[in-house]
Amino acid sequence: MTAKKMAIIATKGALDMAYPPLILASTAAALGWEVQVFFTFYGLQLLRKDLSGIAISPLANPAMPMPVPMPVIVSVLPGMQAMATSMMKAKMKKKGVASLTELRDLCQEAEVKFIACQMTVDLFEFDKNDFIDGIEYGGAATFMKFAGETDVCLFI
Amino acid sequence: MNFDKEFDASGLACPLPIVKTKKSLADMAPGQVLRVVATDPGSVCDMAAFAEQTGHALLHSGSEGGKYVFFLKKA
Repeated sequence: MTAKKMAIIATKGALDMAYPPLILASTAAALGWEVQVFFTFYGLQLLRKDLSGIAISPLANPAMPMPVPMPVIVSVLPGMQAMATSMMKAKMKKKGVASLTELRDLCQEAEVKFIACQMTVDLFEFDKNDFIDGIEYGGAATFMKFAGETDVCLFI
Repeated sequence: MNFDKEFDASGLACPLPIVKTKKSLADMAPGQVLRVVATDPGSVCDMAAFAEQTGHALLHSGSEGGKYVFFLKKA
């Protein structure tokens, strides 16, 4: 049986949006699929060695469950994003949700291939030393080469 | 039911029960049986889907003392 293939484009760097690519990639790899994730624009933040800066904001996020109803204007106050982030992380830990670092390690261990968008690195003048080892740097053509052969291809 | 190895996924949420079950199976021999205990209700469907896609046989899927219990025979 030929292994199925999945390609994901990860474009978001917020805490909630960081999970789907890593959950799907690690699961598909566990099912024996060959998986590649192409990280571009804000998604590139997920390849940093230090993921502690990944945050979530209640701003422009009306579906986010809040412990108490909160007027939108309150979400603008200084410290609200940090508070929302620490509350979300505490909740995740309590519910047994893996940390982003753990999920990313599981992906790499299962040979999920991570590709960082070179254009984004140049655009934002990122330092490659800030990124984890074992990743490749490439462009759209690199991604399309694999994406064209996949069974599942997602843009997240 | 007899088993050769056990993996306790209690308290773990998706996708960890599946991803770590896969890891637990890695060092087992074909034909050996892995018992998995989980508390994630989603693991009931997920374990069946995992078995179907990987070829490992899901010998049993049930619950014991409020937890979900699975027996997987390695392909």
